[in-house]
Amino acid sequence: MTKELICICCPQGCRLTVSDESGELTVTGYTCKRGIEYGKTEATAPTRVITTTVAVTGSSWCRLPVKTAGGVPKSKIFDCMDAINQVTVQAPVHTGDVVLSNILETGVDVVAARTIE
Amino acid sequence: MFQYDLAIIGGGPAGLAAAVSAWNEGVRSIVIIERDDVTGGILNQCIHNGFGLHYFKEELTGPEYAGRFEQMVAETSIDVKKQTMVLNITPEKMIYAVNPTDGYFAISAKAIVLSMGCRERTRGAISIPGDRPSGVFTAGTAQRYVNIEGYMVGKRVVILGSGDIGLIMARRMTLEGAKVLAVVEIMPYSNGLNRNLVQCLDDYDIPLYLSHTVTDIRGKRRVEQVVVSKVDENRAPIPGTEMTFDCDTLLLSVGLIPENELTKSAGIPIDRRSNGAIVFDDMQTELEGVFACGNVLHVHDLVDFVTAESMKAGKSAAQYILYPYQHTDQPVELQNGPGVTYTVPQKLDLTAGEAKTDLFFRVNHVIHGGTITVQAEDGTVLFSRKKAHMLPAEMEKITLDKSWFVGHHTATVSIQEGANEK
Amino acid sequence: MYDVIIVGAGICGTSLARELSKYRLSVCCLERENDVADGTTKANSGIVHAGYDPLPGTQMAKLNVVGNAMVEQLCKDLDVPYRKNGSLVLAFDDDEMKTIQTLYERGVANGVPDLSILSGEEVAKLEPNLNPVKGALYAKSAGVVSPWELAIAQMEVAVQNGVELYLEREVNGITWNGESFAVTAAHNGETESYEARYLVNAAGVDADTIESFINEPPYHTKPNKGQYYLLDKSQGNLVHTVVFQCPSKLGKGVLVSPTAHGNLIVGPDSVDQPDKDDVSVTADRLAFIRNAAARSCSKINYRDSIRNFAGIRAQSEQDEFLIHYSPVTNQMVHLANIKSPGLTSSPAIALEVVEMLQKAGLVLEEKDSYQTTRRFPRFRELSEEEKKRIIEKDPRYGRIICRCESITEGEIVAAVHSPVPATTVDAVKRRCNAGMGRCQGGFCSPRVVEIIARELHRAPESICKDKAGSYILIGKTTKGEEKA
Repeated sequence: MTKELICICCPQGCRLTVSDESGELTVTGYTCKRGIEYGKTEATAPTRVITTTVAVTGSSWCRLPVKTAGGVPKSKIFDCMDAINQVTVQAPVHTGDVVLSNILETGVDVVAARTIE
Repeated sequence: MFQYDLAIIGGGPAGLAAAVSAWNEGVRSIVIIERDDVTGGILNQCIHNGFGLHYFKEELTGPEYAGRFEQMVAETSIDVKKQTMVLNITPEKMIYAVNPTDGYFAISAKAIVLSMGCRERTRGAISIPGDRPSGVFTAGTAQRYVNIEGYMVGKRVVILGSGDIGLIMARRMTLEGAKVLAVVEIMPYSNGLNRNLVQCLDDYDIPLYLSHTVTDIRGKRRVEQVVVSKVDENRAPIPGTEMTFDCDTLLLSVGLIPENELTKSAGIPIDRRSNGAIVFDDMQTELEGVFACGNVLHVHDLVDFVTAESMKAGKSAAQYILYPYQHTDQPVELQNGPGVTYTVPQKLDLTAGEAKTDLFFRVNHVIHGGTITVQAEDGTVLFSRKKAHMLPAEMEKITLDKSWFVGHHTATVSIQEGANEK
Repeated sequence: MYDVIIVGAGICGTSLARELSKYRLSVCCLERENDVADGTTKANSGIVHAGYDPLPGTQMAKLNVVGNAMVEQLCKDLDVPYRKNGSLVLAFDDDEMKTIQTLYERGVANGVPDLSILSGEEVAKLEPNLNPVKGALYAKSAGVVSPWELAIAQMEVAVQNGVELYLEREVNGITWNGESFAVTAAHNGETESYEARYLVNAAGVDADTIESFINEPPYHTKPNKGQYYLLDKSQGNLVHTVVFQCPSKLGKGVLVSPTAHGNLIVGPDSVDQPDKDDVSVTADRLAFIRNAAARSCSKINYRDSIRNFAGIRAQSEQDEFLIHYSPVTNQMVHLANIKSPGLTSSPAIALEVVEMLQKAGLVLEEKDSYQTTRRFPRFRELSEEEKKRIIEKDPRYGRIICRCESITEGEIVAAVHSPVPATTVDAVKRRCNAGMGRCQGGFCSPRVVEIIARELHRAPESICKDKAGSYILIGKTTKGEEKA
């Protein structure tokens, strides 16, 4: 098996080749070590960071930007969105505060991406 | 009237970085003038990640990136005037502004940094034919509605333009439950980063139509249909290739234009190629003591580069305030040769500033295998470097040693193509 | 029972409403759209014609010249953008010199003041950015006006003097019982009935439809579309006068002119079409306009285009306004075929109609307290001192919402609470220019929606861009908010 991928770790967009010969994944075409990691994960169990917003009360802002602190399985993106959409946060809230922990048992937290006093 | 050593017009990423940099150089009387209720500029609505890999060596969202700089500013005694709109700047460096608390007032400054950012090209600028219903938004306006105001703008969406904002909004609208039917790009290549093509379009099976454009918008009240046609090599629509999409929304991501109305009001010369002020390698415009950086100078694709450029502008402004200097009247003029759209800076001052300078430029078409060359007026090659891929969508950066230019008046930046296949 | 019902709140309907509001009458105006000036009045060249075009002896010639003479004072009274910048009709060859000679003579016969024929050199001096010409007809009395603001201001004055304005009322039937009219109108899916002793049909392109409810129209409407380019103010000084081309076998030519707001307008073309509502713009016609305008001026930079639009001319075969009593009763007056120079003529048309109504028996008694003038705050036009004072009084004038045009929150709020309230984003734009600039509302429209919603205590989703149904938002992004 050989897969051609574009690395999404940074704006460089390296063209990776992931091959599965003799049961071990090898990645070529990367220019930094994150490419190796991305290539392997993408070929086996791709994940994505989700960025979206949740409702916030007690502030002049009405939406709080949030992100998953790490990648969640690509197949669960819409389920995660549904779960995140149930959340309403009360201000004040600080960058990095967990607004939803261990989303859908993925082991990944959803955290605030801005401070709203 | 207020008096400051340094007035920074615009509190987006460029203005914040310039302020922090000038502070670090020792300037203590600084004001940031911000028209919005908050600083951070467009980053506030860019809730996606991908910012900061160069500067902070980690991947941040727009609000997080802005937050880091807001924190740095908060730790200084830099004044920030929010909800404040500058109406006019004079060549004498008087700034006339208005806000609800100070009213109509003037600021006099020893130096000014222009960091007003850019605006989006609109439907009117590219004359898209058809009806004029609601439901046609620039991608940035839609992004504001969705990410800041928390309102959806449509259910079935066509996006014109494959720049990064268009791609990001394709994903964003999809995550919020809309169906994105197509992303349409008039050029034969995408204007967005490859990673965004993957994670914004491919992930959600959103088709990208290259060499296509929108040729009709239908709907008397709200958008009902958008017609997309293939274009020929001259970007003219080819009759008979029309595809009709039933949709309620058309998002436009068709380019950004530096907002230089204030720059012009001060009489500062503008470079028609970059649509920003002409600057020396210290980011100073041709009006002494006025500097420019960020998207008001030329449109960037990475905020990290905005930060670097603005840090330099802030540092130069500090130098100018603390140890006043004048530019030479005989700078080296940088010109663009074949393959290059524009360069920033446009002028090198060999008598002032730092020994090395970054030079930003864009290529005018997709180049696979080329050599970046900087050549003096007498043919002397001052710089040459091979590069495998260069895209108009991605700004190029090279670093030049100003000593190479001694004895020269002009230098041309160009790309030699083909001869150096990797 | 009203004394007078006016059908249509375009330039003619609003002119008449204001004129009638001087008298002790009960007057109402029924308008199909959700704002006044939402048809042809908002989509035309905005030219105050001198009056050399219409044939001598026509009512059109008379009303044009009389109307032209009224516009300046009217715009002063009503605080409406107007510039008396004069017009040129360019002649590129000897044949066209003959044409402008004819136009000159016609103008003199019509009583147009300050007409002269300029040499090529004189034209070049007056308008250095034009291509070389042989000569031109120069009419100093011509000008430019903001047509929709004129209509809005007139209706505001009318409303303040007691005229009742009913929006979103589409008249769908008229009956005459020998003494008075019963007018039915559709409103929000229901039928309403209005009664009046006198009725004026000022329905613009739909005048024939309204006329057909009471009598067979003595004309045949041929909707005719004109498309335009509107360019940024950076192009607004390219020419100073209204620059026309000579009418020829090939057509009327296109004009290049600054607008009353200081933009540059280029157009229109002229194409008959069956549909009265189709105001779409098309690539081929825009190309035609660019090519045609290049004959006058080759320096127009279309990269500074900020908008294209099109308007429908209410015209029929006749070369004359068709202002006439209904054959059924003199208590109804029809205003049909009010094509160019309809805008210029509108103040004179209103006087004409009032006279006709009087002849038909309407008793006119002047009110003791008639409010003649109307003002609208325009922050950017104030002096430094005035700017300071207005912000002290109301800090909302210190908050700029529209960056391109420097329009403040104070002005937007004033528009929303004006006598003819703005309830849509475009209605705000028509009253105070927010969103009229180079970014075309990209930055300010979310704020304008928010302000309208706040001031009218309505949900943002219910705010339209322009006509009913032109919704902007479809609802909140997520359900999380609803629980809050």
